[in-house]
Amino acid sequence: METLEGLINEARGLAANELEVSRVMTICNSCRYCEGFCAVFPAMARRLEFGKSDIHYLANLCHNCGACLHACQYALPHEFAVNVPKAMATVRLQTYTDYAWPAALGTLYQRNGLTLALATAGALSLFLALVMIMRGTLLFTPLHGNFYAIFPHNTLALMFGTVFLFAMLALGIGVRRFWRTESPGPASAGAMAEASGNVLQLTYLGGGHGEGCNNADDAFTLWRRRFHHFTFYGFMLCFAATSVATLYHFFGVLEVPYPFFSLPVLLGVAGGIGLLIGPTGLLWLNLRRHPMHGDQAQKPMDRGFIVLLLVTSVTGLTLLLWRDTGAMTLLLAVHLGVVMALFLTLPYGKFAHGIYRSAALLKWAIEKRQPTKLRTADE
Amino acid sequence: MFDVLIIGGGNAALCAALMAREQGASVLLLESAPREWRGGNSQHTRNLRCMHDAPQDVLIETYPEEEYWQDLLKVTGGLTDEKLARLTIRASATCRDWMRSHGVHFQAPISGTLHVARTNAFFMGGGKALVNAYYRSAEKLGISIRYNAAVDALDIDNDGRFLAARIGTERIEARSCVLASGGFESNREWLREAWGQINGEWVADNFLIRGTRFNMGVLLKFMRDAGADMIGDPSQSHCVAIDARAPLYDGGICTRIDCVSLGVMLNKNAQRFYDEGEDFWPKRYAIWGRLVALQPGQIGYSVIDSKAIGRFMPPVFPGTKANTLHELGLLLGLDPVAFVHTIEEYNAACRVGTFDHGILDDCHTEGLTPAKTHWAQPIDQAPFYAYALRPGITFTYLGLKVDERATVHFDGKPSANLFVAGEMMAGNVLGKGYTAGVGMAIGTAFGRIAGTEAANAAGFSRQKKNNQEKVRNGDA
Ligand SMILES: Cc1cc2nc3c(=O)[nH]c(=O)nc-3n(C[C@H](O)[C@H](O)[C@H](O)COP(=O)(O)OP(=O)(O)OC[C@H]3O[C@@H](n4cnc5c(N)ncnc54)[C@H](O)[C@@H]3O)c2cc1C
Ligand code: SF4
Ligand code: SF4
Repeated sequence: METLEGLINEARGLAANELEVSRVMTICNSCRYCEGFCAVFPAMARRLEFGKSDIHYLANLCHNCGACLHACQYALPHEFAVNVPKAMATVRLQTYTDYAWPAALGTLYQRNGLTLALATAGALSLFLALVMIMRGTLLFTPLHGNFYAIFPHNTLALMFGTVFLFAMLALGIGVRRFWRTESPGPASAGAMAEASGNVLQLTYLGGGHGEGCNNADDAFTLWRRRFHHFTFYGFMLCFAATSVATLYHFFGVLEVPYPFFSLPVLLGVAGGIGLLIGPTGLLWLNLRRHPMHGDQAQKPMDRGFIVLLLVTSVTGLTLLLWRDTGAMTLLLAVHLGVVMALFLTLPYGKFAHGIYRSAALLKWAIEKRQPTKLRTADE
Repeated sequence: MFDVLIIGGGNAALCAALMAREQGASVLLLESAPREWRGGNSQHTRNLRCMHDAPQDVLIETYPEEEYWQDLLKVTGGLTDEKLARLTIRASATCRDWMRSHGVHFQAPISGTLHVARTNAFFMGGGKALVNAYYRSAEKLGISIRYNAAVDALDIDNDGRFLAARIGTERIEARSCVLASGGFESNREWLREAWGQINGEWVADNFLIRGTRFNMGVLLKFMRDAGADMIGDPSQSHCVAIDARAPLYDGGICTRIDCVSLGVMLNKNAQRFYDEGEDFWPKRYAIWGRLVALQPGQIGYSVIDSKAIGRFMPPVFPGTKANTLHELGLLLGLDPVAFVHTIEEYNAACRVGTFDHGILDDCHTEGLTPAKTHWAQPIDQAPFYAYALRPGITFTYLGLKVDERATVHFDGKPSANLFVAGEMMAGNVLGKGYTAGVGMAIGTAFGRIAGTEAANAAGFSRQKKNNQEKVRNGDA
């Protein structure tokens, strides 16, 4: 870049997509009409300049709700071409990549479709091969839901436990790196409670007025928030089902197959239904999304993750329905393969957005409790 | 044939269209802009000035009718029609629920850093969000909307009755019509003519237009030539000083420069020309456009030092920055010797007391002309910054004379079916000057009146409909 401004920015070490956020935030900061929509704008208003860490923080605070794009007097065709959700989305992907651990795996975000496909194919083959090796002959003998007759519980616990712990470690290290670029200080109980509330209720998909966010056009809809809730709570219920089952097994409370009205099965069914409705809805909305929202290049990543969640619930529920038949072994292998692929890709796919966004919300909850250094009176 | 034709696509037009439709009339709205530029100046607005006798939803404390009226009297210097002004003020107290019913959201007063004033209700997301909400509601109610439809003439009979609107050779008839097509601020020839020459310069040639490029004043001119009663002075407009790098059109709010009172303002000759510490922001904001317009080359330079950083709204473009005053003068293209001399003279005249930007403090100059009466602090802390400013036209005041029914008049006689709202008649209330949020208050009040009256003139009114219903039901 030849301009003086360009040279200064290069000196500040900003990549092109970060420069765009800095440019857009500078315009927003002197406009501020969107203040009421979400936390990005009040957080922005505490700054005069946007360095790398500010940009990463604000980008992860954005929920890509689209409200500020439709309300923007400077959106295309205006020559300022302000598109906050798009600028933020592009940088978000970069933050995931930059902060990823191990660093080399960060590039997986960039080729997420391929990563997902490979992980799924690999994990599926693994389980199918295991089935062949261990129980080849029993393949079609009804086992009445006795999963552990195929895969011993401890083997499963070890395999999934390892992968899950790795995923959590990788995400944990990533988010720690993100946090440390500019730590806002210690979190008070109030800040923690507020941030948790914002995460659990998805406050900022409410549009600031409770009527929801934008999807296909400038009309507001609550469906994106609702489908997110179905997905998130569905995922958590499935996770709870697995955890309870593991505890049952270790403490010998119940033996497999668990009856339909046992806690693990009920949690799993409820979660599975949530994960059926949520991702289906999100996919439907994703296909109808206004083309200017977010970063088109990331759609495969969004959709890949959504589809994987959907396949997880579909295979899980199918397994439950046919667990008494000869198809169980095959269904089990497929389900486990899909779940394994999900776990493997958690730290390097769309799942990360929830973790980084939660961290950004906590940063904001802490920051807003601190006095501002600026005294920029307004109209 | 439509019952009611609305010409324009901003706040006033949309309010009129929605009200006419609510009376049961069929409505066609003609907006000259393409869809992506719809909404005129209204898409750049932020708030609505509202009277309220007690804290109300998004408004704190009270802002009674009398205070609102006095504020209006002050800024207009008496160039206002008290009856119409009071009508606007009262309507501003009750219109918010109706606005909400059409999807407009207001911003809660407690949130974040925005200093939501006691006097103004802020639109969440600004005027474009408001305009979007009205258009959505209009579509839902079955109002027909045409974009890229610039009306260039009307057919009006000898009694001042509206017959049809014309777009080129196309003739669009309707039973009644509301004009809401804004001022003429985007028409550079007309601005040139209105402002004329000062010291041999066509001053308006250096103006920037803060709002839409579509308010060409075609219908204002047409109506004037057709003999409609006019009000206001074509050279009067809301004109503020904005960043000289702002785009020619649609720069909107973000190009304002908010640091004038923290430093000094120089002209092209590196001379000061007005008291930068005269009054608080809303007032000084509105005076600097005209002041800069009267300077050579229609340009001014606001100069500050590092002490000011963080004390004013961040400007959209970076300031010119230098480590010495001499260098700053050079970078601005001014005579650096004169520049440094002016600043040093000012610095020497500063009598700094207790600096407080929030009040009219006791920091002032002594023995300097023009004086800086408040917030005078020496400009001595490097780096130094400067912003070049140009006049930015917000909107013009020339309009059609109306009565409280928003009727267009010919020779003092009201038309039977032609009405007008918004900027096109704002001059009745706002003869000069400006106070934030009054533009939308006038447009909303008179847009709603004009829509109702136009439906009425076309034979529709809720009252009438209810009566007919009663007759049909045998209740009457
Ligand atoms: C940057 C800026 C900020 C402002 N902020 C505020 C604020 O916060 N609060 C406030 O009260 N006021 C504000 N104002 C003033 C406010 O914008 C106006 O008072 C108000 O918008 C006038 O509304 P209107 O509907 O009459 O005109 P407009 O909103 O300008 O609408 C005029 C419409 O007519 C259309 N049109 C023009 N000619 C034709 C034609 N021949 N045929 C068909 N259509 C035509 C235009 O395309 C446009 O859609 C601001 C103005 C600007 C520029
Ligand atoms: S998105 Fe547009 S309207 Fe909203 S604050 Fe930014 S510049 Fe202003
Ligand atoms: S897209 Fe939504 S969440 Fe993101 S900055 Fe805009 S309003 Fe906030």
